[in-house]
Amino acid sequence: MTLLSVKDLRVTFDTEAGRVEAVRGVSFSLGRERLGIVGESGSGKTMTGRSVLRLIRPPGRIEATEMVFDGTDLMAASEREMRALRGQRIAMVMQDPKYSLNPVMKVGAQLTEGLRLRDGMSAKAAHGKAIEALEAVQIRGPERVMEAYPHELSGGMGQRVMIAMMLIPNPDLLIADEPTSALDVTVQAEVLSILDGLVRDRGMGLIFISHDLRLVGRFCDRVLVMYKGRVVEELEAKNLMQAEHPYTRGLLNCLPRIGGSRAPLPGLDRAAEWAE
Amino acid sequence: MTAAPDTPAPPAGPFSGLPRVLRLIAGTALSLAITILGLLLVTFIIGRVVPIDPVLAIVGERATTAQYEATRLALGLDEPMWKQFAIYVGNAVQGDLGQSLRTKREVSADIIRYFPATLELATIATLFGVLVGVPAGVLAATRPGTWVDQIVRIVGLMGYSMPVFWLGLLALLLFYGILGWVGGPGRLDAGFSMMFELDVKQRTGMILIDTALAGEWAMFRNAISHIILPSAVLGYTSMAYISRMTRSFMMNELGQEYITTARVKGMPEWRVVWVHALKNVMVPLITVIALSYAYLLEGSVLTETIFAWPGLGSYITDALFAADMPAVLGGTVVVGVVFVTLNMASDLLYRLVDPRAR
Repeated sequence: MTLLSVKDLRVTFDTEAGRVEAVRGVSFSLGRERLGIVGESGSGKTMTGRSVLRLIRPPGRIEATEMVFDGTDLMAASEREMRALRGQRIAMVMQDPKYSLNPVMKVGAQLTEGLRLRDGMSAKAAHGKAIEALEAVQIRGPERVMEAYPHELSGGMGQRVMIAMMLIPNPDLLIADEPTSALDVTVQAEVLSILDGLVRDRGMGLIFISHDLRLVGRFCDRVLVMYKGRVVEELEAKNLMQAEHPYTRGLLNCLPRIGGSRAPLPGLDRAAEWAE
Repeated sequence: MTAAPDTPAPPAGPFSGLPRVLRLIAGTALSLAITILGLLLVTFIIGRVVPIDPVLAIVGERATTAQYEATRLALGLDEPMWKQFAIYVGNAVQGDLGQSLRTKREVSADIIRYFPATLELATIATLFGVLVGVPAGVLAATRPGTWVDQIVRIVGLMGYSMPVFWLGLLALLLFYGILGWVGGPGRLDAGFSMMFELDVKQRTGMILIDTALAGEWAMFRNAISHIILPSAVLGYTSMAYISRMTRSFMMNELGQEYITTARVKGMPEWRVVWVHALKNVMVPLITVIALSYAYLLEGSVLTETIFAWPGLGSYITDALFAADMPAVLGGTVVVGVVFVTLNMASDLLYRLVDPRAR
């Protein structure tokens, strides 16, 4: 069953220096599965994720011949309908909890505001639900975390709070935009396994955005490789090693391997015609 | 797996035994005391170096040498400098700032008479500046480049560039002279003014508060009709400044990632702007507001002159023209103390609003 279907998505920014096309005709569809989007900085992967939530602010513009989420036409939806989707059915985990959590609000207030404001839940019920959500991301001492401010949490802790916050309404689709890139390597695996477990258990669709091709290969069912705003290759994650496109091969080859050859890593080839 | 969040250990310091907020207040009070001591040193030195003989200023040019000597001893001017300073500080702490040569009253008594008028005016002007300036800045920041933004910008620019005495005269001419909507110069109409001095118990010296406490509502309304114009004129300038700063702080906050988070959570735009972003804007804005308030509290000579407002600004100016050094220096100490106190208060408030600064 298709959860999200995107055809010919374009994101353009009209700047003083002229028009910049961040995403140029991206198409994909997604069921309750895990789709990875990979590319370098500036390849348009983040913009693609944010377009689905229609969170591109002016002067950015989103165009698509089709962008349908579970029967709702996202291009035609009113701002009000989008808000209802954002709160409940599509969620997003961002890169760095240092910036993505409000620095002057207690964690508890940030976790419960959706429940209280949108669902009209009592303070007590919302508190209980938030505690449950924190426990689900394996935070011990959730009561203390509720009372903490974001700067008092470590990066891994902050990202777990972020995941808990986004999963409280039990969304159908989660967009994870480089969810572990800002974390220490030792914490990355932990946060990933928590995310993986929750996504599996609740059977939600996942768009996993990353620059790390191997990570995405392990973690996702299917991979889109983006280059300069376009999808250059789409393949099953298990066939990643058989990738044919030279750009994908380049991405694979520029990663060092433990015990591998110590020769200098090859630079990434960027041929202009791949962007056409 | 990680355990509970680590709480930072309280920093060691002179007040490390106290709870966090008390420790903050105690530390602030200590630095306040040190700053004020420095301020007193400066006014003390100025008092000694100006080419005005303090004894001569009191006894007059025709005094005999014996009279001159007697007054010199009474003022303690024969003591060594450090002792003179100690006496000066001791007196100042007890509220004794010397005697005014011009009014022949204690300087502190004069200031108690004049300062409430300035306090009242500056407070209402700042309220005006905040209540209009902050929303205007927020509206402009959320609609950059639109006509709302342009209007806020142009009205603000006029507030910056229009000389306050000119604006005050125009406002008096229009709203008092032609339209007759408000009371004229002074804090009250002449009749009420006499009644206020004689019949109303002056608890604070601020007419709005004293008349309200006494239940004199006709006088209260009259006082409002007098204060509204000068406070609007003063408040316009601070509004221009506050709205501009609010706009720029708000633009910055709205570009932050936590704003996207709030939107992802499906929060309505009003909550994103007025709760999530504004809470963060308040952090730097507190300093801006406190500075603009402190500036107004020094007494604005021009506005006080045009509106015949008996405030601190006109008191110090008159004293200066009369070479009344005790009054000038006393007034300077009061202005300095007010300024430093407000700064410290804003520092304290800043830390209360921003958990990262605690």
